[in-house]
Amino acid sequence: METKEMRGVYCDTLLGLAHSDERIMVLEADLMKASGTIPFKQQFPERAVDVGVAEANMVGLAAGLSAAGKIPFAATFGCFASRRVFDQFFISANYAKLNVKLVGTDPGISAAFNGGTHMPFEDIGLMRMIPNLTILEPSDPVSLKALVQECAKLYGCTYMRLHRKAIQPLYAEDEVFTLGKGKVLKDGTDVTIIALGAILVPEAIKAAALLEEQGISAAVIDMHTVKPLDEDLVLSYAKKTGAVVTAENHQIAGGLGAAVANLLSTHYPTPMEMVGIHDEFGQVGTQAWLQTYYKLTAEEIVRKVLSIRSKS
Amino acid sequence: MLASEQSKQLASFAKEIRKNTLFTIGNLGVGHIGGALSIVDLLALLYGKVMRIDPTNPVWEERDLLVLSKGHAGPALYATLALKGFFPMEELKTLNQGGTNLPSHCDRTKTKGIDMTTGSLGQGLSAACGLAYAIQMDKKDTYVYAIIGDGESQEGQNWEAAMFASHYQLDHLIAFTDYNKMQIDGTTDEILNLGDIEGKWNSFGWFTQRIDGHDLSAMDNAIETAKLQRGKPAMIILDTIKGKGAAFCEGNVANHNMAFDLNTANEAIAALE
Repeated sequence: METKEMRGVYCDTLLGLAHSDERIMVLEADLMKASGTIPFKQQFPERAVDVGVAEANMVGLAAGLSAAGKIPFAATFGCFASRRVFDQFFISANYAKLNVKLVGTDPGISAAFNGGTHMPFEDIGLMRMIPNLTILEPSDPVSLKALVQECAKLYGCTYMRLHRKAIQPLYAEDEVFTLGKGKVLKDGTDVTIIALGAILVPEAIKAAALLEEQGISAAVIDMHTVKPLDEDLVLSYAKKTGAVVTAENHQIAGGLGAAVANLLSTHYPTPMEMVGIHDEFGQVGTQAWLQTYYKLTAEEIVRKVLSIRSKS
Repeated sequence: MLASEQSKQLASFAKEIRKNTLFTIGNLGVGHIGGALSIVDLLALLYGKVMRIDPTNPVWEERDLLVLSKGHAGPALYATLALKGFFPMEELKTLNQGGTNLPSHCDRTKTKGIDMTTGSLGQGLSAACGLAYAIQMDKKDTYVYAIIGDGESQEGQNWEAAMFASHYQLDHLIAFTDYNKMQIDGTTDEILNLGDIEGKWNSFGWFTQRIDGHDLSAMDNAIETAKLQRGKPAMIILDTIKGKGAAFCEGNVANHNMAFDLNTANEAIAALE
């Protein structure tokens, strides 16, 4: 299947929603070009608001618009959507029980040439501390479209990590997605790889194939919603396979791995390993170089699986 | 100009709000009395005359909205809303008690008549911009009023919102600065001088007026004048006295969040009679 620019899918999906629901709005902080929402501005000029380089005001504005019944999708680079506006999102949007859809683009190493200042490895961790917030990271164009539609239907705040670049579809066009329900991409019996996002889910699939060559049967789950975590799915696969490896483009602390570990340690202690960032800042480089440097690869997932098996 | 009868009624309403604010905080024993009392006259005018509201339908879609960005002045607004009948006066006794609908800082999810959650200073004006933008989009005739503090004006987000409201010509947004010239650690002049506050708002493109925030008639005129402007948000800077109307704390920089008992409150209430 052909790759698709994720930001194009994001904008097209919002446009599709906007035609039938006049409450849908787009908010940007001088990154309308980067987020790919200019077509929305062209079709709905009044419903696409560029606030300028003022992210705090954008989130407060979104809260006010939401209090007036609108459904604002506010996007900026993930570093700003999390670190910079945490209190605005926490108080004006979430604590106030409003309906703000915040989007953090260029998650983790996908910030590449923008470097360490722009490379959010901690946004999920920060957001997981906000009660009742829905947190997601779609892994491909099909799930992105479906999950943006799900976010629009849900009353309540959401935080979505959006990989902007071209991504190969993993799913058939008609695949159905539900927030909070992970997708089993491949079944397996020996280990479960729970992955997140457009970089690590494909790596997990590759890892499963490599493991297969060694006679190890790995299940692969696309855990597109980090919160609420699909606890039933995690527990059932922990029981079925007896070993879990998580993989994410984010700090180990506070991310998907931590969420899975919280669950398993209290409900069904299971041998576990985590692929992700180990207490490091980001830095500049090509995405491919960063992926190797931070070991966000199929090979690392395989190494972690073998590490669990060597201990058992 | 306010007709003399209406002026008397509003002055009487302001007195009742003051008394009940003193009672609400005195009954608890501690609270943000200074900045609550400094906005009482404005609240009396807004809820006694200016704002279109329906206490029996707090979420009426055609109502005017208030964002009390200096959310710590909540008790003055709670006294106002209770006197207007949004909820029973008895509830004022529950301020800050576990499970109350009246928390120290305004909360739209808990209190009937509160239009926006505030308390983290600097955020309210952005939310007011969102509400005003929606009014503009939906071509409604309602207004959004916002009250920010003078100390609060030191928060940078206000100035992001100021640029936004001006750029998008939000002329259904009327904001007030409660310029009582005091903040927690001292006077605003000592801590972080606001400088030419009128000039600042003017230069951000707001229709700016400055008047006595305890003069009901002057405030009413200023709001009427603001409503005549097209294509500009309005800022009305109110010269006020922190703790206005209660001798034990009026003009005292320690009154931001101070302890006082019901006896002290009652003496101040009696003095207002």
